[in-house]
Amino acid sequence: MTYLSVQNLSVRIKGGGPLLRSVSLDVAAGHVHGLVGESGAGKSMIGRAILGILPKAVEVVSGAILLDGVDLLALPPAQRRVRVGASCALIPQDPLTALNPSRRIGRQMTDRLVDILGWTRGDAEARALALLAEVQITDPARVLRQYPHELSGGMRQRILIASAFAAEPKLIVADEPTTALDVTVQKQILKLIAGMQVRHGTALLFVTHDLGVVSKVCQSLSVLYAGKVVETAEVRAFFAAPQHPYSAALLAATPKYTDPDAGLHPVPDAVIAAVRAEVGHD
Amino acid sequence: MALLRTILLRLVTTAVTLLGVAVIVFVVIRVVPGNPIAMMLPPGATGEDIARLTALYGLDKSILQQFLIWGAGVLQGDFGTSITARQPVLAMVLARLPATLELSTFALLMAVLAGGAAALTGTRLRETKVEGGIDIAGGMALSVPDFLWGLVLILLFGVLVPVFHISGRVTPSLDLPFITNFYLFESLVRLRLDLTLDLVSHMFLPALSLAIPLAAIIAQLLKQSLKETMHLDYVTLARTQGYSEASVIWREALPNAVLPTLTLVGVQFTFLIGGTVIIERVFSYEGLGNMAIDAVINRDLPLIQGIVILFAVLFTGVNLVVDLMYATLNPRLRHG
Repeated sequence: MTYLSVQNLSVRIKGGGPLLRSVSLDVAAGHVHGLVGESGAGKSMIGRAILGILPKAVEVVSGAILLDGVDLLALPPAQRRVRVGASCALIPQDPLTALNPSRRIGRQMTDRLVDILGWTRGDAEARALALLAEVQITDPARVLRQYPHELSGGMRQRILIASAFAAEPKLIVADEPTTALDVTVQKQILKLIAGMQVRHGTALLFVTHDLGVVSKVCQSLSVLYAGKVVETAEVRAFFAAPQHPYSAALLAATPKYTDPDAGLHPVPDAVIAAVRAEVGHD
Repeated sequence: MALLRTILLRLVTTAVTLLGVAVIVFVVIRVVPGNPIAMMLPPGATGEDIARLTALYGLDKSILQQFLIWGAGVLQGDFGTSITARQPVLAMVLARLPATLELSTFALLMAVLAGGAAALTGTRLRETKVEGGIDIAGGMALSVPDFLWGLVLILLFGVLVPVFHISGRVTPSLDLPFITNFYLFESLVRLRLDLTLDLVSHMFLPALSLAIPLAAIIAQLLKQSLKETMHLDYVTLARTQGYSEASVIWREALPNAVLPTLTLVGVQFTFLIGGTVIIERVFSYEGLGNMAIDAVINRDLPLIQGIVILFAVLFTGVNLVVDLMYATLNPRLRHG
């Protein structure tokens, strides 16, 4: 059952060049789909378009974003906002800037459950406590009363993950959720997200530049270059035999920590030239 | 604990500041030309008369001696006697203080409301013609000083369309039941709204003259900080949660953007209090500032000293309040 279907989505800078070129991708309910590509390939832009948080200078040219069969781009802004707020969530990249510094954690986790989804304050607080316990935060009651600056980066990312699952969304966009974290924390957070996803049965669009992460967390993936999807595949098939030359080169470029003598294999210039010509990027 | 230490430290620095202010004022008003004795005596007074009167007010002593005598009095709560009014300075000054406090607080309130509303509207409608309009209006408001606004407002709303009073603090024929000099406050407490209306109608134009430039400063600075905050991740996150643009601005951006504005408003508020001196003159408003000008004209040395010291206390008090508010609003400063 496809839950999210992005169809021929094109996005550009207002009065400028294209950022996404006719992107299509499907995420089935309860599945984890990876979105990989280099910096600037447009990975995050897809997530932003789905959630309706494109920068002001960016506009959708054409395409459709079907969420449970309803085209978000055809909805009036207020309806779209409420629909997305109720059924989707974002796990942001940088936990240090994604929490409001002047508000307590408790309010930041519960306010929207009360304001937007109409829960009672008591229900929302109970839910926040349970979720903080689920993301292995000790003494959740105390954390709810704390301010972001009193907590470590890893703690804050756990809180943001808990918060993303709070309203049992059908789809979560995880935008490079481990990139800003310390290497030792990255692995725990990854495991946590994967575990939560399985327990809650949420569909997950996992944006990352790390193919290693994709192989651990995702079931399928799309490879993006210069705003165009060059390959979509099941994870198992992709890592066995990538079909597109650029994907193959990207996979080969992933450093292998098990073999320190292997050296680095950057994507060859010829492959880059070929893929550029293919997507029409100059 | 930290708070207590801050306050104590502040009290010490305040004492030093006040001493400095006292010394400067004391010396300056005795060094500049003109003296109160000459103002008091009729033309043709003999040298003997002048000497007697000078000795009577202690002005024949050296400046240092005069300062020590005055300082000893101040420490016991005696600010001397006004030369022109022949009344205790402290009582005179305290009687006028409420009028000025009410005027400047009313002006501050107007500036915060108008400036805040302009900043929020400008942020909500950023990069539109409305924001451009707000910027232009702000620029105009700032490029005209407060006393000129006073004259403009008198012409507009006192002469052309006379809707407000342009002179005094209250209609003199009214029977006032007040026991304090905080007329506006007391009229509200006593629910004498007829008097409140009369007081506000007198206070409105002078307060507006003082508020216009400050409102423009608040609008510009707050809008700038709001717009910077609107790009931050927690604001974006709130958008994905279903909050409307207006509630995102109000809930997420404002509590953080308000901090730099608060500091500036504190500094600007002291300027506003300073501005009351001329504005009260323009509107014949019976406050401290008007009294200060009369005192200077008459070379009423003890009265000038008393007023300046009181203004200095007011300024440092405002700064202390701002610092405490900042600490309360910014959770990162609250602990440790």
